Amino acid sequence: MLEYDFMRHAFAAATVVAIVSGAVGYFLVLRGQSFAGHALAHVGFTGATGAYLVGIPPLWGLVLMTLAAGIGMGFMGEHMGQRDVAIGLVLALALGFGLLFLHFFTAFATQATSLLFGNVLAVERGAFWTLLGLGLASLAALAVISRPLLFASLQPELAEAKGVSLRLYSVLFLAIVAIATAECAQIVGVLLVFALMVGPAAAAQQLTSGVGKGVLLSVTFSLAEAWLGIALAFYTDWPPSFWITALSATVYLLAVSPRLSLERGSLRRNHRQA
Amino acid sequence: MNAIEFRNVHLNLGGRDILAGITLDITPGKFIGVLGPNGAGKTTLLRAVVGLLPPSRGSICIFGQLAACGHPGIGYMPQVRSSAAGMHLSGWDFVACVLHGHRLGIPFPGKMGRAEIDRALDLVGARELSRRPLAEISGGERQRLLLAQALVGRPRLLLLDEPLINLDPRHQHGVVDLAKSLQTELGITVLFSAHELNPLLGALDQVLYLGRGQAALGTVDEVITTPVLSRLYGSEIDVVRLKGRIFVMSGNYDMEHDEHRHDDVSASE
Repeated sequence: MLEYDFMRHAFAAATVVAIVSGAVGYFLVLRGQSFAGHALAHVGFTGATGAYLVGIPPLWGLVLMTLAAGIGMGFMGEHMGQRDVAIGLVLALALGFGLLFLHFFTAFATQATSLLFGNVLAVERGAFWTLLGLGLASLAALAVISRPLLFASLQPELAEAKGVSLRLYSVLFLAIVAIATAECAQIVGVLLVFALMVGPAAAAQQLTSGVGKGVLLSVTFSLAEAWLGIALAFYTDWPPSFWITALSATVYLLAVSPRLSLERGSLRRNHRQA
Repeated sequence: MNAIEFRNVHLNLGGRDILAGITLDITPGKFIGVLGPNGAGKTTLLRAVVGLLPPSRGSICIFGQLAACGHPGIGYMPQVRSSAAGMHLSGWDFVACVLHGHRLGIPFPGKMGRAEIDRALDLVGARELSRRPLAEISGGERQRLLLAQALVGRPRLLLLDEPLINLDPRHQHGVVDLAKSLQTELGITVLFSAHELNPLLGALDQVLYLGRGQAALGTVDEVITTPVLSRLYGSEIDVVRLKGRIFVMSGNYDMEHDEHRHDDVSASE
C-alpha cells in the first residue's frame, strides 16, 4: 500500500499528529481537561469553515481559532462548575457558526464531512510540512513548560505557594492543546479528536504509574492506533477515522477492564512484588 | 533571628478582617499548635505565612525575609487536598513533582533529585509505600506522602494545615508523633493547625490560639486559661482538666468538640 503517494502522506501526517496528540493528551487527561480539548476542536470547525469562506487554507483557520479559544479558556479560570457550562455553550455556539459559514459557502458537503470526521487520505505534501512545523513547535513548548505544568496540575495550591502562576500555565497549556487539536482534526476530524488525544492517554494512565512511562505509552498507543487504522482502512475501504476511533475505544476498554474485574487486593499484591 | 515575625498584621478576606493587628514572634525550633474555632483564621494565617495572602496592613517576616511565595525555607502542606488522590500515578512520582517544580524544563529528577525525593520519603517512612498508585492507598498513607512533599527542598519551617482532618484517632496519633519527631530530629519549626487540642498535647511547645480576629501565643499553661480563652471566644469559657486531657467548655458545651461536629456536617453536604 505504500506505493501510493496518498498513503505515504497519510502515514507521515498520522505519525506527526499521533506523537503530538499522545504527549499533549497525557497532560490533558492528567489535568482533567479532556472536555476542554473536545470543545477546542469544535471551535476549530468554525475557524476552518470561516477560512473556506474568506479563501485561506482551512488548516490556518483551524489553528487560529483554536489558539484564540484555548487562550481565552485558559484565562477564564479554574472553577470546574462554571467551566463545564461555559465550555459547553462555546462548543454549541462554535458548531452553530460553522454551520452558518457552510451555508454561506453553499458548497460541498464533502468539505463539511472531512472537517467533521477527518480525511487523512487527502493530506497533501504542503499540509504535511505545516503539520510537522506546528507539531515540533507544540512539542518543544510542552517540553519547556512540562515541569511546572506537572506541579501545577498535581498540587495546585502548593505550586502557587512556590511561586508558580496557575493561570499562566493554564493559558500556555491550552494554547498547546489548541495546536494539537487543530493537528488532530486533520486526521480524525473535529468530532473525533477524543480518539487520538484522550483515548490513548487515558489508557496509558490506567496502565502506568510513572509520568515518563505514561507519556511514552500514550504516544505508542496513539501511533499504533493511527497507523493500524489507516492500514485497515486501506484493506477494507472503510473510513480511517472509523478504524482509529474503534481501535482507541478498544485499547481503552482493555486497559480499564482488568481493573474492573480483578480484586483490588490482588492488584495491591502485584504492586508490592513489583 | 525569629522564624516568624508578625508586626501589626491585618489579614483581610472578601472585605472582612479575619485577623486584626496581630504582633508576635515565633522562635526557631518550636512545635506550635495553631488552634481556634472554625473561621478563626487558622488556614488564612498559614496562607499568609506562605505568602499566598499578603497582609492588608503590617508585615510578616520569615527568617528575616518578607513573606512571599517561593520562600525556600518553607515547607507547606495545604488543606485543599489534591485531585490526584484517585489517580493511578505512583506516590513517588506524585512527591517528585514538587522538586524544582517552579523551574522550566522536563521533569527528569536526575541522580541528586532522586536522592532528595528518597530522603524526604524516608523521613516519613513512606519509601515502600511510594511505589503504589495513589488510588490504592489509604487516607493516612496519603497524608504521609503529602508530608514528604512538604519536606522536599529541606525547609526550616514546616506548615501543616489540618493534617488530622478525616483521620481516625490511631492515625491522628501517628501523624502527630511523626511531625514531632521531624521537628526534633531536623531541628525545624513546625506550625500544626488542628481542631482539637488534646491529640497535640504531648507534642506542643507552644499554642497559637486564634479567635475573634485576635491571637494568643504561649505555652499550654499560659494560653489555655479562662481569661485568655474567654477573650478569644468572646464569652465565658471554663477550662476543665481531666486525666491529662483539657476541655474547653462554654456552659455545658465542649467548644472544640462542637466545632468538630459542625465541620463533619458541612463536609457531608
